Amino acid sequence: MDTYIDYQKVDGIIEAHHGQPSAIIAILQEIQEQYRYIPRQVFPHLSRRIGLSEASLYSVTTFYENFSLEQKGKIVFKVCDGTACHVRKSLPILERLRKELSLSEEKITTDDLEFTVETVACLGACGLSPVLTINGKVYPAMTPDKASELLKSLKEEVRSC
Amino acid sequence: MLKNKQELRDLRERCQRAAQDEVKKILVCAGTGCVASGSLEVYERFQIEMQEKGIPCSVEFMSDVHGVGLKKSGCHGLCEMSVMLRIEPEGYIYTKVKPEDCAEILTETIQQGRHVERLAYTKNGLVCKTQDEIPFYKKQKRVVLEHCGRIDATSLLEYLSVGGYTAFEKALFDMDKEGIVREISESNLRGRGGGGFKTGQKWSQVSRQKENKKYVVCNGDEGDPGAFMDCSIMEGDPHRMLEGMMIAGLACGSDEAYIYVRAEYPLAVSRLKTAISQAEKYGILGDHILGSDFNFHIHINKGAGAFVCGEGSALTASIEGKRGMPRVKPPRTVEHGLFNKPTVLNNVETFANVPVIIDKGASYFLGIGPGNSPGTKAFSITGTIANTGLIEVPMGTTLQEVIFEVGGGLKGGSKFKAVQIGGPSGACLTEEHFNLPLDFDSLKKVGAMIGSGGLVVADENTCMVEIARFFMSFTQKESCGKCVPCREGTKRMLKILERIVAGDGRDGDIDLLLDLAGTITATALCGLGKTAPSPVISTIRSFRHEYEAHIYEKRCPAHSCEKLKRLSINPETCKGCSKCSKVCPVEAISGKVKTPFEINSEKCIRCGACVEACKFDAVTEGW
Repeated sequence: MDTYIDYQKVDGIIEAHHGQPSAIIAILQEIQEQYRYIPRQVFPHLSRRIGLSEASLYSVTTFYENFSLEQKGKIVFKVCDGTACHVRKSLPILERLRKELSLSEEKITTDDLEFTVETVACLGACGLSPVLTINGKVYPAMTPDKASELLKSLKEEVRSC
Repeated sequence: MLKNKQELRDLRERCQRAAQDEVKKILVCAGTGCVASGSLEVYERFQIEMQEKGIPCSVEFMSDVHGVGLKKSGCHGLCEMSVMLRIEPEGYIYTKVKPEDCAEILTETIQQGRHVERLAYTKNGLVCKTQDEIPFYKKQKRVVLEHCGRIDATSLLEYLSVGGYTAFEKALFDMDKEGIVREISESNLRGRGGGGFKTGQKWSQVSRQKENKKYVVCNGDEGDPGAFMDCSIMEGDPHRMLEGMMIAGLACGSDEAYIYVRAEYPLAVSRLKTAISQAEKYGILGDHILGSDFNFHIHINKGAGAFVCGEGSALTASIEGKRGMPRVKPPRTVEHGLFNKPTVLNNVETFANVPVIIDKGASYFLGIGPGNSPGTKAFSITGTIANTGLIEVPMGTTLQEVIFEVGGGLKGGSKFKAVQIGGPSGACLTEEHFNLPLDFDSLKKVGAMIGSGGLVVADENTCMVEIARFFMSFTQKESCGKCVPCREGTKRMLKILERIVAGDGRDGDIDLLLDLAGTITATALCGLGKTAPSPVISTIRSFRHEYEAHIYEKRCPAHSCEKLKRLSINPETCKGCSKCSKVCPVEAISGKVKTPFEINSEKCIRCGACVEACKFDAVTEGW
């Protein structure tokens, strides 16, 4: 299903950066903030407005880890796998979340588009390792069980919505 | 808007007086670590409680409210103890503070000046009231982090109250370009981002370029996992770094600067944005700064999650809106950098060192640490260490001092095995390096590097082959793919390491790893590629026996690699019922009924069917 795109909003983002090709990363970041991913339909529009070929837009989008061309869940778990978290056993946390949501390294988002599970290399909160973030909020000193509990309460919230 | 030097001085004096008048202060740590532990909730609770108790609370420095100053400060360093706060004028440090502690702190400490012992840091039963009494701080020397935790990180006026922008004022009105470059050169300041290149030399090269347009770029893309020093500086004392960049602009004749910050540091981005807009408001940034003919504008670029963008030419490509890939050098960044113009590219900590050198002179800076690597270095110490956190010590402090005196030894008293320094580009140091002074040259001699300054401590339960695999999987994933040695070489090395930790290592794998490592180091395009094999080389050098145990004995000496776990039957609890041998799909279990059975680990595929089948829990998994 194609995401509905409000091109006026997209134009607003482009204008805020004066349509400069050098600002393409910032523009893509703001588009991603709107839709939680970068819908492919915006590329022809962006290309016309900024004067970059669609190919170069793709080349930039696919180079950077933070950009996603696939839709992501409403709730994004990011399990830190930086060195400090890794030596304090962050992998079992990741495995637990993936298992409970039937996700894997390849399939990171649930079919109902509710949850996404990813890894991130260091959030700078190493003092509290292992950590994970849920939609940007940092949860310190995690264990697989604590992560399960968080997931359980979030699932209940989703159901009651 | 400040129009001239005198107005800046007057404002600074007013700030200094206001700071003296503001006797009581609560500084709540608002660094990433403490925020994650709920420091903002503590901050809010203080506001509510003060209102209820009728204590006047001043959340904004130099506002009309005269009362107890409540501030969001930068990182205090001892992240393990978050939420941390400092109470002035007593200098009390409270640790692990929860919102429900706020009322007691207010009635006891703020209103009656009494110390709340249960919130103090204690070590071996000894109560440490102030920062100076805490062993963690004793060996430290805070220069770059001087104000971190002591002022409000979101206030330009507070920065002025501790002498902020004095160095910039001096550079702008009392020094010429050559003078600034000379001072930095004489201080022997070396780049804190890893390589240790002389900052003065870099500045003088850019300064000599004849182009009209030049750029200053700050590398805040601290991608090294396990390092968060730059993050803490940007969050805790953003103006200090801006001041350093402005001085670089003056010295090199640049009017425009970019700060490239990792997207994973949202708090740093927002603090920097606040700092820039405040500086613009007061006329410290912008056109005709303080009435002079110096113009300077600073932009912030957020990274998009590519480790390679920490490399100079990749970083400038990313600011230009391109794929962040390094290019062949020369030409170097000082000649053809951002938008092909001469560019001063320095790391966050390097810029943060500049104001103190200009303000106090090169000789002050040279007085700290060894002459060839003077100054201090901020490190983040993490892993299995007692005091996880952010530290700053004079260059040349020994590893022993850092781990045991500052770091407080290993967590839970476990045995030290190694410390990884410099992240994925670095190496591991072991007991034999305990007396090694941590500075650029000494580390280089043992094949390591300071890198950005992340120290990850590993204890006896950490498998060094797995650590090497972890770093290789990181560099392999982050390889930009431009040059073959890094793109293909790291992939091959990773495959070999993966099979070793999975128990499928082959004879000759160690030599093959070293061979590949040699080729990659010699032929990769950029610094990140060249140093990618370092963790493997250094772990083989110091822990070859662990590699051999994995490969030849299919055993993990650290008892860490899951795939090398073996199943065995406890003869004490085994009743000899033969159920396990019946379910074993590979006929690895044998024995006589009513006597204990045995598992042949050569045949065993570790499917776990016997564990399920055994009613007496006699089949156990272990190393």
